[in-house]
Amino acid sequence: MLERISLRRMAKNQRGTITAVKVAGDLGRRIRDMGLVPGTEITVQGRAPLNDPVALRIRGNTLTLRNNEADFIEVEIEVDKAD
Amino acid sequence: MLKIILALAGNPNAGKTTLFNALTGARQHVGNYPGVTVERKEGDYHKDDFNAVVVDLPGTYSLTAYSEEEVVARDFLANEKPAVVINILDAANLERNLYLTCQLLELKVPLVVALNMMDVAKDRGMEIDIDKLSAFLGVPVLPIVARSSRGLDDLMAAVKAQAAGRLAPPDPAKVRISYGDDIDQTLLTMTGLIRDSGLLKGKYPARWIAVKIVENDEMLINEVKAADPELGARLLHEAELVAEHLMQTFDTYPEAVIADHRYGFIKGILKRGIITHRYDENRLYTSDRIDKVLTNRFAGPLLMLAVLFSIYQITFSLSALPVSWVAAVFGWLGGVLDAGLTDGPLKSMLISGVIDGVGGVLGFVPLIMLMFLCIAILEDSGYLARVAFMMDRIFRIFGLHGSSVMAFIVSGGIAGGCAVPGVMAARTLRSPKERMATLLTVPFMNCGAKLPIMALLIGAFFAEHQAMYMFGFTLFSWVVALVAAKILRLTVLRGAPTPFVMELPPYRFPTFKGLLIHTWERTWQYIKKAGTVILAISILLWAMMTYPGLSPEKKAAFVQEKEQISARYKTGSEERERLLKEVEGRRGAAALQHSIAGRIGVALEKVTWLSGFDWRTNIALLGGFAAKEVVVSTLGTAYSMGDVDPEAAASLGQRLARDAAWSPLVALSALLFMAFYAPCFVTVVCIAREAGSWKWAFFSIGYSTTFAFILSTGVYQVGRFLGF
Repeated sequence: MLERISLRRMAKNQRGTITAVKVAGDLGRRIRDMGLVPGTEITVQGRAPLNDPVALRIRGNTLTLRNNEADFIEVEIEVDKAD
Repeated sequence: MLKIILALAGNPNAGKTTLFNALTGARQHVGNYPGVTVERKEGDYHKDDFNAVVVDLPGTYSLTAYSEEEVVARDFLANEKPAVVINILDAANLERNLYLTCQLLELKVPLVVALNMMDVAKDRGMEIDIDKLSAFLGVPVLPIVARSSRGLDDLMAAVKAQAAGRLAPPDPAKVRISYGDDIDQTLLTMTGLIRDSGLLKGKYPARWIAVKIVENDEMLINEVKAADPELGARLLHEAELVAEHLMQTFDTYPEAVIADHRYGFIKGILKRGIITHRYDENRLYTSDRIDKVLTNRFAGPLLMLAVLFSIYQITFSLSALPVSWVAAVFGWLGGVLDAGLTDGPLKSMLISGVIDGVGGVLGFVPLIMLMFLCIAILEDSGYLARVAFMMDRIFRIFGLHGSSVMAFIVSGGIAGGCAVPGVMAARTLRSPKERMATLLTVPFMNCGAKLPIMALLIGAFFAEHQAMYMFGFTLFSWVVALVAAKILRLTVLRGAPTPFVMELPPYRFPTFKGLLIHTWERTWQYIKKAGTVILAISILLWAMMTYPGLSPEKKAAFVQEKEQISARYKTGSEERERLLKEVEGRRGAAALQHSIAGRIGVALEKVTWLSGFDWRTNIALLGGFAAKEVVVSTLGTAYSMGDVDPEAAASLGQRLARDAAWSPLVALSALLFMAFYAPCFVTVVCIAREAGSWKWAFFSIGYSTTFAFILSTGVYQVGRFLGF
């Protein structure tokens, strides 16, 4: 089953596909410039020692962004039906 | 022969600087773009009869007007029209790197693509069909490995051909990116209008202007409005219509649609057999394994502290020896002049103004070189990005950026640093507001030059708790600096945080050549630019502490007194030496009080009595503007003790402890003031350089002095009230 959640709520090593980036202006531009656009597959690589920022694996490379920036990114993830 | 201009464009971390160094060697010139703090790097390239000026544009991910770097890169391409733009791409990160390429194609600049790090891509099991990529982009694509200078000859041959106009421009139909029906229709209308009117013709292509307006690029919109207000309004109206439509039907922004389609265009190209992966694209590489340790929740911060501490150690202990050499050379020079010249204003100016000034400038050089070397290693290896990643959560609370930590540590986050290299370390910050807040607050840290004054006053008044007070001041300076940063970010530097989104580039070994060039060019900039101003101010301060001299009568009175002593006591007797020294001390104090600085000090008593300072302390604090340790020696002169060595000021301490004007409360008030008032002028000059304007340098002097005064007055008055 597929579910849409905010990037902030993703767990470490969880995979997902970006479905929307809901922010305009500088932040939105920056997020898109760095390749975080709908259809992109990402994996959460880890989080900083204080849980923020978060590091993402994207197309074989690593990006990092703050949790409050991740809030604007909506991701589609696979969830087990058993849950 | 006329030299052509080549521009290097590319993402940060794509190897642009490495390529630049490989092409130009040491023939580089570093400056600033007018009005901004972005570095402008130029170098010469010669090969046979091909001569070119290579301009290293700042690394950018895009050509929007998102950051100063992007604006600079875009303006350069539009205004200076380089003969060829070399777009360097990281082969292992092709998809994102091509995003900039798309925009360069749209801007219709004469392009040659350099596909860098082919070795890394190969190791990762990637194969790239270069001919196909070239065919799809319509521009030459050349594989290179910039680190080992592989493929540069072929690259430059292609550049030469492109510059000579021997290559056909890319087929516009092929590289025209479609942005979906709605936007494409609008673009068509707008492009027609722009073409008919000749708007900004010759500067930008018509369709590019249209795309930028739809993307809501404020800088370009303003430029269009200024050029043709009526047409501007019409174009904006078109853009608004399509924006409204997209919002209603797809709940999205035009800029998002445009970005999506650009990536779609890139994916479309890459899918057609250009890249083949032999392994899983997301498998972990050595670099990621290193990261598992270096950014680990527990080991990461500890290792980071160890790295920062060793940088601090390297910068300050390794530089101690060369710094002492510089001091020795200038001390010797001073001695030579002292022996060779007759006493007089010229001699005094040469020794106390020029030699001390030049010595002061050069004394910082070993420090700055070592610090830039350490920073270059951290930057080039990719570790600095990890430091920012780990520290960001803490520094963000105060409106700063994770990268600010370097500047704070070097400035004295560990007691004994120096704000001059600290201010320069703020260069690694790419967010303008966070950077400015860092520049303005790092001088609060406990730098090495403040330590002798602390040792003096704490030793004299709080000897029982010396270690605790010293440590307390270091901690307190952190609190003050961070809170001040927060206040600045809420007031004069108000504004949303700059987006943090950044890359954690794979770890790489820095190249030796890159490190040397990096370190040298930054150090040279300091010597050349800051040096001249520092010398001038040094002479000015000397003059203020020297002129006007004592009146002839007063001078004569001191001479007479000395003669009487000489006549009364035996030559070489202890008593005679002591008395002569005592008179000389009084003469020095009288001369200092009589000088401009002295008069200012006396005049300031009207205000400074509030925090418990008399004119002597005031003069000493004025002297501290030259360099904080000067406070000790000036205090010595003001208390008629002659020259006091800042390192051995115990007798001055005893003198102060006995003085009626001093008490532990006054000492505490003075300590607080001294710790947080105006930075020394070398720091101020560096702030002006780094901030790009003197306005911020004066602001730094003003706000820190005001803050220090309020703090010390508060402590003094409350202390008095409580009966201390």
